[in-house]
Amino acid sequence: MRSDVFWMIIGMAIVTYLPRMLPFVLLKGKELPPFIQGVLRNVPYATLGALIFPAILFIKDDDIWYGVLGAGAAFLVSYLGANVIFVVIGSIAVLTLYSYFL
Amino acid sequence: MTDLAIGKVTSSFRKGVQGGLSIGIGYFPIALTFGLLAKTSGLSIYETVLMSLIVFAGASQYISLSLISYGTGIFEIILTTFIVNIRHFLMSATLNEKAEEDRIINKIIYAFGITDETFSVAATKDGTVSTGYMFGLISISYLSWVIFSGVGHLIGASLPHTLQESMGVALYAMFIGLLVPSLKKSTKVFLLSILGAVFNSIFTLGQMMAQGWSIVLSTLLSAILIESIEYIKKRVRGEVNEK
Repeated sequence: MRSDVFWMIIGMAIVTYLPRMLPFVLLKGKELPPFIQGVLRNVPYATLGALIFPAILFIKDDDIWYGVLGAGAAFLVSYLGANVIFVVIGSIAVLTLYSYFL
Repeated sequence: MTDLAIGKVTSSFRKGVQGGLSIGIGYFPIALTFGLLAKTSGLSIYETVLMSLIVFAGASQYISLSLISYGTGIFEIILTTFIVNIRHFLMSATLNEKAEEDRIINKIIYAFGITDETFSVAATKDGTVSTGYMFGLISISYLSWVIFSGVGHLIGASLPHTLQESMGVALYAMFIGLLVPSLKKSTKVFLLSILGAVFNSIFTLGQMMAQGWSIVLSTLLSAILIESIEYIKKRVRGEVNEK
């Protein structure tokens, strides 16, 4: 293994791990103010919105409708109350069929 | 008593593994492609697997490959990795509120496995999350990521084109599948996710900042905005009650 690549990977590992680990240590046993607690409770849903859009529209470089179709399929299947795993398999199936037949 | 405690840990571990199944599937095509691209970028199989083993962060690993091909310096690659992954700070702070009390050493260990995907599954789970659950959730995701990075490098090819393309939707479909059940129940969740999506679209499509910052800022803005509105509404109601 080349030493410059090795140290690059070690450096990447450290700067990735620190933000993941520090909150657990810094906030251990601390009661946050209610407002901050409320903000943190909101974080998952705001993050999910940001993780899905706009990235899902660009899963196929030249075809924005491909992403729209995938998103639509996922929304529909999960709105019908299916487990997450079926939402995943369902949207993969819909897009595979779309590529084969269109 | 000990048997009972161990039984409880195994069952929550198993629940974690079940929760992580979608992540395992979703990582499969991405890890495979990562292995393949790492090979074409000139990384050896050891370097490729080592990176997946100790960094375990998809987006930044991809970015490092393109920076390596550009001939970017090591320091800049590490700095970029830091910026891309700083969003995990917010995610860990959120999970810390939701995690069951446990020895800090266990949390320091499972903190390593917090990604966009493992965070999303854990954070949208009902109730608290236990250490056993986190370990189960992370194990299956981590195994999929590391093993298929290596496999991608070894076989030097990705999936058939159409399947590769359609499997690219997997993680986004999972995010949607995690969001929708809460979305149906709560207007607040609906507004939060819409705001997150709108801010992030403006910031990234307008090329105003790097993706890493954009997700952090969109999340914070939406979460604080909605919380402030709720706070003000409560205050107003409180004052009305006083009169």
